[in-house]
Amino acid sequence: MNRLMLGNEAVARGLFEAGCKVVSSYPGTPSTEITEYAAKYEEIYAEWAPNEKVALEVALGASIGGARSFCAMKHVGLNVAADPLFVSSYTGVNGGLLIAVADDPGMHSSQNEQDSRHYAIAAKLPMLEPADSCECKEYVKKAYEISEQFDTPVLLRLSTRISHSQSNVELFDREEHALKDYKKDPAKYVMMPANAKGRHVVVEDRLAAMNEWCETSDLNAIEWADKKIGVITSGVCYQYVKEALGDKASVLKLGMINPMPTKLIQEFAAQVDTLYIAEELDPVIETHCNNIGVRAIGKKVFPLLGELSQKIIADVILGEKWEGKAMAEKLPVRPPVLCPGCPHRGLFYALNKTKVTVFGDIGCYTLGALPPLSSIDTTLCMGASISGLHGFNKARGEESAKNSVAVIGDSTFMHSGITGLIDIAYNEGISTIIILDNSITGMTGHQQNPTTGRTLKGDIVEKVSIEKVCEAVGIKRICVVDPLDVKALEEAVKRETQVAEPSVIISRRPCALLKSVKHEKPFTVNTDKCRSCKQCLKVGCPAISMKAGKAAIDWTLCVGCNLCKPLCPFDAIEAHKEEK
Amino acid sequence: MSDVKSVMIVGVGGQGSLLASRILGNVLLSQGFDVKMSEVHGMAQRGGSVVTYVKYGKKVYSPTVETGQADIIISFELLEGARYLSYLKKGGKVIINNQEIEPMPVITGAMEYPKEIPAKMKELGIDCSIVNALEVAKQVGSSKAVNVVLMGALSNTMEFDEQVWLDAVKQSVPEKFLEMNLKAFTMGRQLAL
Repeated sequence: MNRLMLGNEAVARGLFEAGCKVVSSYPGTPSTEITEYAAKYEEIYAEWAPNEKVALEVALGASIGGARSFCAMKHVGLNVAADPLFVSSYTGVNGGLLIAVADDPGMHSSQNEQDSRHYAIAAKLPMLEPADSCECKEYVKKAYEISEQFDTPVLLRLSTRISHSQSNVELFDREEHALKDYKKDPAKYVMMPANAKGRHVVVEDRLAAMNEWCETSDLNAIEWADKKIGVITSGVCYQYVKEALGDKASVLKLGMINPMPTKLIQEFAAQVDTLYIAEELDPVIETHCNNIGVRAIGKKVFPLLGELSQKIIADVILGEKWEGKAMAEKLPVRPPVLCPGCPHRGLFYALNKTKVTVFGDIGCYTLGALPPLSSIDTTLCMGASISGLHGFNKARGEESAKNSVAVIGDSTFMHSGITGLIDIAYNEGISTIIILDNSITGMTGHQQNPTTGRTLKGDIVEKVSIEKVCEAVGIKRICVVDPLDVKALEEAVKRETQVAEPSVIISRRPCALLKSVKHEKPFTVNTDKCRSCKQCLKVGCPAISMKAGKAAIDWTLCVGCNLCKPLCPFDAIEAHKEEK
Repeated sequence: MSDVKSVMIVGVGGQGSLLASRILGNVLLSQGFDVKMSEVHGMAQRGGSVVTYVKYGKKVYSPTVETGQADIIISFELLEGARYLSYLKKGGKVIINNQEIEPMPVITGAMEYPKEIPAKMKELGIDCSIVNALEVAKQVGSSKAVNVVLMGALSNTMEFDEQVWLDAVKQSVPEKFLEMNLKAFTMGRQLAL
């Protein structure tokens, strides 16, 4: 049977077919759907872990326990999981262990565009890179074979265009793999210096063996065509090269990105007149070529930043310019915005009004940084709002704490906000933390987390209480506010920032996109009453704009959240007659 | 030259372009084509500018479409149609939904919403059809059906039988909303282009 599948769905299908038993991940665009699709298979235990480090440790534990196991994350998630990653290279596996990492060249949905291939090299782990959905599935199966053959975790590198593109996939049945025996083996699994010294030797020997193995692996393949131009490439860049150059170039496609072959590349290079390397982000293949004495043209002509494309390849290698007719005028950009009816919009409106310094975090609430809300001062990485604010307040003294807050979502707080809060409580901090609890992991598309009371598989479980966690780590001032009550919110922020002790404000209301959240009738503007004061525009709701000099509400977007209505000094906002 | 055809579906995050692309993808797959589609998930979806690429032919390589490559651009919103116009191939076709959704720079007053977009496209010699999909969607009972209405309109410009499209709609939408979506598709197909 054939089906169109997202790369991510195809990875999940590969897990199913390869007999994977345990999946643990933390959501992150563009990797999220792998784990969601994996959870649909009854044969696979799948969970959302609170963060990537925990997820990888769960997967590693399952592997030691003899099961084929898996863990997925976005590129920055691998930074969080780097600690177990590097040591798992030493311990090796029992059941096969596969770690998928999805890079985001072009930063469609990320805070940086780091190149995860460096991790494979640094941790001395094999890394495969599929070029379409079909390969996503097949490479998962190959990765498990490599993992068990060489006793190593294997990395699967994806990118946005692989994860979020659909292409044709042929489906096969699941091949069961019985749990392998678990035998106590401290020399392999207890990584203290004496044992780790022995394991480092194993790591180097394994790398040497894989170096040899990859020379003849069918993961790497040459497609001969015209030999005037040769291109070495991998992943989605292979597709760009094929589309742009067709049979005008011979192509060496690397399905294995670490280790890379030496002889195969040298032989390919020797037979083509001009050799290019088409790779996104850093010159990883190029550096390898330099190291083995192969001269090739790479980052001298291709960009280091952002994505490649068939257009760039055609331009650089063939000198072709692909253009279309464009509108003459400058068009307004359309940046992402907090959704219409986002219950937490009111908080950013209040923070902007009070002019406090705001340490922000990852997730939907990053969007509070954009105009007109413009209320966020910093966004770095998961959890950095809380710890960052603590440092800011320690540096600038007690007065600064009266005029600054941190904002973080519920899932991000679980991921790595708690440790920052412990630091504040333990080290006599006085910062004010606002936890925006929308009862879901929002930005990545509604994943459950420990505070939601549901697992990935849909089981109902005990919720982790944010209040009790805060209390347990030593925070005494904790209050809960409904963010649609802007006045109460403003008061809470004013009150809590002034006290010389740490406090947590929980701004609690579920995401407006949740199916369980009932939407009210959309509002409309009574143009007779509207005096064009534009007060309602200050909340930055995409449903409200000015039409012919008066405020107007787009009924297709408005969900009747009632944030704007009390802000109108002339009571011009009224319930709409029409249902949507 | 390759036989690959490219369709771009552009709009504003939340307008349902993902479902639309999946309907089209299922149509193309059922006709035996090699198909690739590239979607946008995550942050960009939150009310941002959203583009989906659908490509089909004997053998498709890249999942993305570049400037000057699209045979058809179907735009769910006026400004977004204007934004991606340069992706249209010479002799390509634009189908544009006559709906304005103001982006934040317009709402805050920093910029103006461009006027007369379809007329300006025609001035450039572009084959551009305007449809009022929101009006039709309202008639079938939900403003959310704009995406399927537009697939109905698009189906007029492609050579596949209506039944193939209806089957693809059935495959792609939940049972609960099937009747409404079939109606939306049929009415969209009746729109003059």
